[in-house]
Amino acid sequence: MAFRDDMRRTRAIVWKDLTTERRSKAGFNSVAALGITILVLFGFALGPDGAMLKAAAAGALWLAVLFAGVLAFNRSYQVELEGGALEALLLYPGARWAIFAGKLIANLIFVTAMLVIVVAVGIVLFQVRIPAQWPSLIGIMMLGVIGIVALGTFYAAMSSRSRAREVLLPLLLYPMLIPVLLASMEATKAFLIGDVMNATGAWVQMLSLFDVIFLVATFLAFEYVIEV
Amino acid sequence: MSPVNTNAFDPPKAGPWVAIGWLSFAFFVFTQVFAVMTSPADAMMGHLQKMMYVHVPAAWVTFLAFGIVLVASLYFLMKEDERADLLAASAAEVGSLFCGLTLVLGMLWGRPTWNVWWSWDARLTSTLVLFLIFVGYLALRSFVEDPQRRGQWSAAVGILGAINVPIVWMSVRWWRTLHQIQSNPRGLSPEYLRGLLLNVAAFTLLCIWFIQRRYVAARYERAAEHASQAAALGGNDE
Repeated sequence: MAFRDDMRRTRAIVWKDLTTERRSKAGFNSVAALGITILVLFGFALGPDGAMLKAAAAGALWLAVLFAGVLAFNRSYQVELEGGALEALLLYPGARWAIFAGKLIANLIFVTAMLVIVVAVGIVLFQVRIPAQWPSLIGIMMLGVIGIVALGTFYAAMSSRSRAREVLLPLLLYPMLIPVLLASMEATKAFLIGDVMNATGAWVQMLSLFDVIFLVATFLAFEYVIEV
Repeated sequence: MSPVNTNAFDPPKAGPWVAIGWLSFAFFVFTQVFAVMTSPADAMMGHLQKMMYVHVPAAWVTFLAFGIVLVASLYFLMKEDERADLLAASAAEVGSLFCGLTLVLGMLWGRPTWNVWWSWDARLTSTLVLFLIFVGYLALRSFVEDPQRRGQWSAAVGILGAINVPIVWMSVRWWRTLHQIQSNPRGLSPEYLRGLLLNVAAFTLLCIWFIQRRYVAARYERAAEHASQAAALGGNDE
């Protein structure tokens, strides 16, 4: 079964990437610390007023995750490039999408772990009251992270191998992520400060739709991006 | 001049394009004058309404250009035809120009009408996001040297960017609807519509002409790249 073989390849790549991270925790620790730092900076920008902080908490959380996550996406390929391992990875037989899936899942786990830390700190710093429906909130956060990581992993495959990768990835990624961010922020906000407009359901539907579209598009396009 | 191998490239002939350029420019001047002269002052906006004859055609041409980017990028990925890549790049440049023009003209209109330079209205905001997406596209092109890599990467970015346009529009519109809607209703009477359609035609011609000129320039640039590559490799057959 070719499909089962590709699944095994995907698992191997996930395992490899996560092992690399686990053995040198420096990468994860510094990205998570950066996420917290960004939250603190947002706190200063928005002032010490509690109501203001609470209103802005959802937006600040997602932007902190995004800004810190961008570093993870480039890293995930750069580690390969430094060891000359990407060529080797491409030389192995098997479908290209297995590589993308592996990278994507590894990044997903990485960013989710960071999100847990950032959210925990954010709840404290922004004086957020944890809503009763917190399991649904976790679901929304996962949907948002999937969107961010799918596009981030895809664009980093290009930017990490180009000149000016530091500026190129955010420049390409941020405008593309606006729909995902908007939906995630609004849905999160509705949970944190009350759903006045009764719009959470629509935002969640939209977010799921965006995730599906971007996942399909990036899986299809990855082959063209990684080959050259 | 070193006799490098240039037989892969025969320079495109300007031919009728010079005449087309002059004609479309003359047509554009005519349609502008015609539209401004024939349309009465608007009851609400007065002569500010004349902005419509440059703003709306520029917006239409923006979407036309980015449509060309999408089609040419898809074609490039399927057929690996270098010319499709160059066409996409040319259309993206021209499209970004008209997109910027649309935004600036819209702001000039918005200031006296809405009393603000910018409103977070769905159309404005999605146009701005579209502009940013294609600025990224052009930046990617300028940061990647290898032509094959640049072609495939920018095709992928162009296609994803084009897919994202309706998605951005949908999300921003929904976001705006929740807060408050800023509408600008336009039931268009015939004396305005005629001028508008003529100007849309004129802008379309100009846009095609711009893209064609940019495309020819891109072909020359690519031929020069090939030539210098061949020279560097010692491809001096003579």
